[in-house]
Amino acid sequence: MNAELWLPVIFAGLMALSMLIYVVLDGYDLGVGVLLPLGNDEERDAMIASIGPFWDANETWLVLGVGLLLVAFPMAHGIILGELYLPVAIMLLGLILRGVAFDFRVKAQAHHQPAWNLAFAAGSLLAALSQGVMLGRYLTGFAPGAGAWGFALLTGLGLTAAYVLLGAGWLIMKSTGHLQQRATRWAQYALAGTALAVLLVSVATPLTSSRIAAKWFVLPDFLLLLPLPLISLALFGLLAASLPRLAARQRAGQDSLCWLPFACTVGIVLLAFWGLAYSVFPEIVIGQLDIWQAASDPEALWVILAGAAVVLPTIIAYTVFAYRVFWGKAGKLSYS
Amino acid sequence: MDSLDPVILARIQFAANITFHILFPTISIAMGWVLLYFKTRFNRSGDEAWMDAYGFWVKIFALTFALGVVSGITMSFQFGTNWPGFMQHVGNVAGPLLAYEVLTAFFLEATFLGIMLFGRAKVSNRVHTLATFLVAFGTTMSAFWIIVLNSWMQTPAGVEVIAGKVHVQSWLAVIFNPSMPYRLTHMLLASGLTVAFLVAGVSAYRWLRGDRAAAVAHTLKTGVSLAALLIPLQVLVGDMHGLNTFQHQPAKLAAMEGVWHTERGAPLLLFALPDEATQSNRFEVGIPKLASLIITHDLNGEIRGLNEFPNAHPPVAKVFWSFRVMVGVGMLMLAVSWLAWWQLRRGALAPWLQRGLVAMTFSGWVATVAGWYVTEIGRQPWLVTGILRTADAASSVGSGMILSTLLMYLLLYAVLLASYVSVVFYLARKAAPAANPEGVQP
Repeated sequence: MNAELWLPVIFAGLMALSMLIYVVLDGYDLGVGVLLPLGNDEERDAMIASIGPFWDANETWLVLGVGLLLVAFPMAHGIILGELYLPVAIMLLGLILRGVAFDFRVKAQAHHQPAWNLAFAAGSLLAALSQGVMLGRYLTGFAPGAGAWGFALLTGLGLTAAYVLLGAGWLIMKSTGHLQQRATRWAQYALAGTALAVLLVSVATPLTSSRIAAKWFVLPDFLLLLPLPLISLALFGLLAASLPRLAARQRAGQDSLCWLPFACTVGIVLLAFWGLAYSVFPEIVIGQLDIWQAASDPEALWVILAGAAVVLPTIIAYTVFAYRVFWGKAGKLSYS
Repeated sequence: MDSLDPVILARIQFAANITFHILFPTISIAMGWVLLYFKTRFNRSGDEAWMDAYGFWVKIFALTFALGVVSGITMSFQFGTNWPGFMQHVGNVAGPLLAYEVLTAFFLEATFLGIMLFGRAKVSNRVHTLATFLVAFGTTMSAFWIIVLNSWMQTPAGVEVIAGKVHVQSWLAVIFNPSMPYRLTHMLLASGLTVAFLVAGVSAYRWLRGDRAAAVAHTLKTGVSLAALLIPLQVLVGDMHGLNTFQHQPAKLAAMEGVWHTERGAPLLLFALPDEATQSNRFEVGIPKLASLIITHDLNGEIRGLNEFPNAHPPVAKVFWSFRVMVGVGMLMLAVSWLAWWQLRRGALAPWLQRGLVAMTFSGWVATVAGWYVTEIGRQPWLVTGILRTADAASSVGSGMILSTLLMYLLLYAVLLASYVSVVFYLARKAAPAANPEGVQP
């Protein structure tokens, strides 16, 4: 087989994998950030404690995803990030604010704490919204006009709702007592928002892009793709049915299925991601460039692939290790 | 308008971000090893004071690391948005080096940081020490890869250029390019010195406020000794780095020394106002023949002047003065750290010297940033010496967009920098023992 043909495919896959891991991992910690203002002082500390050991590494997946775009598809990196200049700048502002607020809120003078809490929540919200807007702009191939921008705003709200759902699911899994019960309620609201957004985006995407419509609505592809929306629907149904029951069980002191909402949400994100990836592939800048046109020279890709083949499994292994160390309910965040 | 030239704006924006970014890795690289040292001292001696020192400094490390991560994410986006021509021309070198940095360094440090910070009660002491080691190792690996790339941009090797695009012939030659060993050592020592003065300065601050905890005495001594040990090494390595620059980037060296016309027996200029218009210096004050002696090891050695590089030499005054700031701070570090070391050996530090150490808490930042300005501005007009000009790599993003985001970044960085410095001293005040909660001097 020809390396020039399949190397870009592998790198597109690696990049998509990094972005997917990013959306799930940073998704839950951004979601917890957006939810922060809803908690009282004690709950806020518990919410932040649940993401404390992880958020640094979670954000590194974004650096890897964007880094792979940069090194494997440099032309696409220039076009995409040039087009997304403003939302990227706003996202970076958000990520910077929340990243530093995480530390400052416990280390700065006590009377500054409310300001840093606000920075943490606002930064999380800005980052989530702008990532969703970036997704929407990307899917329309950066089309001009109010319709395309309206679509981007919709994906902005949709992704934010999905992050909040992930965040609430994370809190249900990692917390106990009053906070857990409140998180279950938050998850119900976020579920409604996410379901609505996924529905609207699914309808709007083929309407705004005839290319994407052409990929989905032909036989036999349509039948092969049908399980994606069907399983999503089932997961949404499972979530809607299980959240009130979980709330009742929690009140009775039972906690055995606390991981279910998070797991279902991850499943939904996975399916939605797969659907979008299918819609876009093999293009990398929709309507302009496919992955083969945008790819770096095979000589560079070979060198990176050799390293990634050894290092990526190692990274995944020690990431699993880190999650196992902090397995179960989150305790108080302490340096000692 | 000339001043709103998008290339200039893109450079200012990138320079602002990278200047802000480098402050934090400069601390976290060496701080990781210093924390490992504290931890090891505790493991060996069982002296709780070392663990107190670890507990205090790990908080500052966490804060520093967070600032480094978030400002680093910004960089990964700006490589493409501000310099699309960079990957297009030299992607075959830069791509793999950047990818290796993310893969072998970023994940390692970020993942084990969680265990290092919050995992002490969750894992065995041995695993916690290992996590500390891996974080320190990760930060150093990250410095290694990025310095390899930067050095390659300064002194490219191991490639051939076909139709404006570089192709790697030997990765060994790319990695071990002529300036890499000097720049890497110089930077690691700069990190060590920055941390030494940070630790000494904050410890002296606590001591001055009457905090007599054993951990404070330990860290004061650690900081002063580390500074006194590293500064002579840094002078030596800096000199070797300069000789390497003379050999491989003579235009940069001519700008550093303010040599407009090739001359023998060049003086070492202590003060001058380089003037691009007249191609000469005004108000020169110098020591005769000393520059030639330092650089060529011969009183009458020849230094090639800027006249030999028409339209291909860096802006002189910026490089000239950044170099003097760096060397000036370095000399001050030498004087202060040796005096402090000598006084500590004989007993205690004089209060004025304690205040001097407090004043120099962040002196490492000044020297490091000035040094990076020398090497980065000194490389201009090239992005990759002899291969790619900066102007040819810039993007077409409109200047209005760059200007507005630049203002946003500058404002944000100013706030964050002020918060960082004030929180470091606030943590120092808060760490005072309970008997003296306000930290008032006895």
